Amino acid sequence: MATLRIEKLNKSYGAVDVLKDIDLAINDGEFVVLVGPSGCGKSTLLRMIAGLDGATSGDIDIGERRVNNLEPSQRKIAMVFQSYALYPHMNVRKNMTFGLKFSGMAQGEMDRRVADAARILRLEPLLERRPRELSGGQRQRVAIGRAIVREPDVFLFDEPLSNLDAALRVSTRVEIAKLHRLLGATMVYVTHDQIEAMTLADRIVVMNHGRIAQVGRPLDLYYAPANLFVAGFIGSPAMNFFDAKVEKKGASSVTLAGPNVPAFELAATSLAPAVGAKIKIGVRPEHLNTPGPTGFKIGGPVELVERLGETSYAYVRGGGETQIVAEVRGRDAPSAGDVVTLGAPDRELHLFDEAGERIAIG
Amino acid sequence: MRSKVSIAGVHAVLIAYTFLAIAPILLVVMNSFKSRNAIFGSPLSPPTFETFSLIGYNKALGAAHVGWYFFNSTAVTLVSMALVLLLGAMAAWALTEYKFRGSTALALFLSIGVMVPIRLGSIAILTMMRNAHLNDTIIALILVYVAQGLPLSIFILSEFIEQIPKDLRDAARCDGVPETRIFFEVIAPLLRPAIATVAVFTIVPIWNDLWFPLILTSSDTTHTITLGVQQFLGQYVTDWNSVLAALSLAIVPVVVIYIIFSRQLISGITAGAVK
Repeated sequence: MATLRIEKLNKSYGAVDVLKDIDLAINDGEFVVLVGPSGCGKSTLLRMIAGLDGATSGDIDIGERRVNNLEPSQRKIAMVFQSYALYPHMNVRKNMTFGLKFSGMAQGEMDRRVADAARILRLEPLLERRPRELSGGQRQRVAIGRAIVREPDVFLFDEPLSNLDAALRVSTRVEIAKLHRLLGATMVYVTHDQIEAMTLADRIVVMNHGRIAQVGRPLDLYYAPANLFVAGFIGSPAMNFFDAKVEKKGASSVTLAGPNVPAFELAATSLAPAVGAKIKIGVRPEHLNTPGPTGFKIGGPVELVERLGETSYAYVRGGGETQIVAEVRGRDAPSAGDVVTLGAPDRELHLFDEAGERIAIG
Repeated sequence: MRSKVSIAGVHAVLIAYTFLAIAPILLVVMNSFKSRNAIFGSPLSPPTFETFSLIGYNKALGAAHVGWYFFNSTAVTLVSMALVLLLGAMAAWALTEYKFRGSTALALFLSIGVMVPIRLGSIAILTMMRNAHLNDTIIALILVYVAQGLPLSIFILSEFIEQIPKDLRDAARCDGVPETRIFFEVIAPLLRPAIATVAVFTIVPIWNDLWFPLILTSSDTTHTITLGVQQFLGQYVTDWNSVLAALSLAIVPVVVIYIIFSRQLISGITAGAVK
């Protein structure tokens, strides 16, 4: 169990900067998920924590130890790979003990650890099997078992569920969450799946283009995304964005309007941008609803409805141009061709300035 | 779907090729079991009760030094093979896994060895061996054959190592497995099909080689079997019974090795092709 601190970490391949000035502090026992689109540097960051890739500059501390120049095995980490990376020619037991042998551990201690891991992961009947005789889910459990027996300070997971089918992914996700509660270990988990990120994480680190876009608890990211990228990345379907301008600033409200957004008043005593500043308004599909008497409103014809059961997604051509997605609950979903008016309460609106940063509504 | 005609055509070509490849061997083996008169009288007919004779084998095995020849061939082949496989696999691992200054240049240099036949260097090799006082020893042969086999083995094994998932060695490194053990206990076991392929490609030319024993060995106790057979070929009289018997015996070890490795060999060849 240990904290993990990353300071001013940079990684370049030649002229290409993969990671830029990463600062991150992870608490003891915390489950942190690194999430972002492919190529954002999240896997590289994980490999650098593991010591498989070197840093161009910057520091990594695990516990109170600086590990910059330590080998992976000396960092007290254990990594679970997307491809499981089980040794194909060794049975499950040997897969788990192979690494331990080289640390000079006594046979009795190895047996105890394997027995513990096998019990936790329900691998007891499989200990003598080879990886090729196991299903994908079982292989993944063996890979996790191989990490557990090392009793590491920090567990590192590199997209561990992406090779599993949908049903298994959900059940393994639940198992990993349980495992985290049971072991209380610090875990860093890389995924591109935001549902995994939201469900597993104590805190999520959203990465984009080699930088950290936002760090926060799952619901903070959902309700208060720090910038346009996080707003668009977290949530499914993605948030709707509308161009707008600050038309007027009053004592207790500001008036916003855009090419496709009819002017409306937003209750706010202070708002940073000046009158005339361009802004973006973001509204999540699930917050677009029957409009109230005042506030944000947008209307247009429904072009397509996707029915998923309890929820349906209506694709609306809003204000003539923008495509809007709105979530509709229950049986009364509109059908294509209907003209609808949608609105959202003030507290569900997200405002972003021209640089894409969140504007606080005071 | 391919038509029956094209399948039949492919098989006809393959059968013809097989016949072409096997016929001379068959002729040698067949005639080794015949008396001298029958060999000359009807060389293409199989041995019958009248013509059957083991005189060739008796004479070949009774001849002086034949035991030495077989021992030398076996020793040279096995030691060379072991060195080629061990050094080749280690070099292939080093060249694919570790990027160091000059690693690309070194790989290119080694690939020249695949293209240029080692016999071009015969005279230089002869001089080198004489200066090193290794001429007329089987150590000289082993050194030459290791040099001859290494480039191709490194080339083939590198390709296979590239196909082993990188995650495996990363996992081993996180597990704290030392680099040498990663090679010997994780990578090498996965290279088995490739090693079988390289083993056959290495063994057959060494066992069959006549050239280097001819120029590098001069005494009976250092000759290999392919060279030793020459003693039965005289300027005026050739003892065909013994020549054919000795050649037939020389085929056996190669065939046995091939059978042992063939299953691995085929999976090795196709694994490279289809992935």
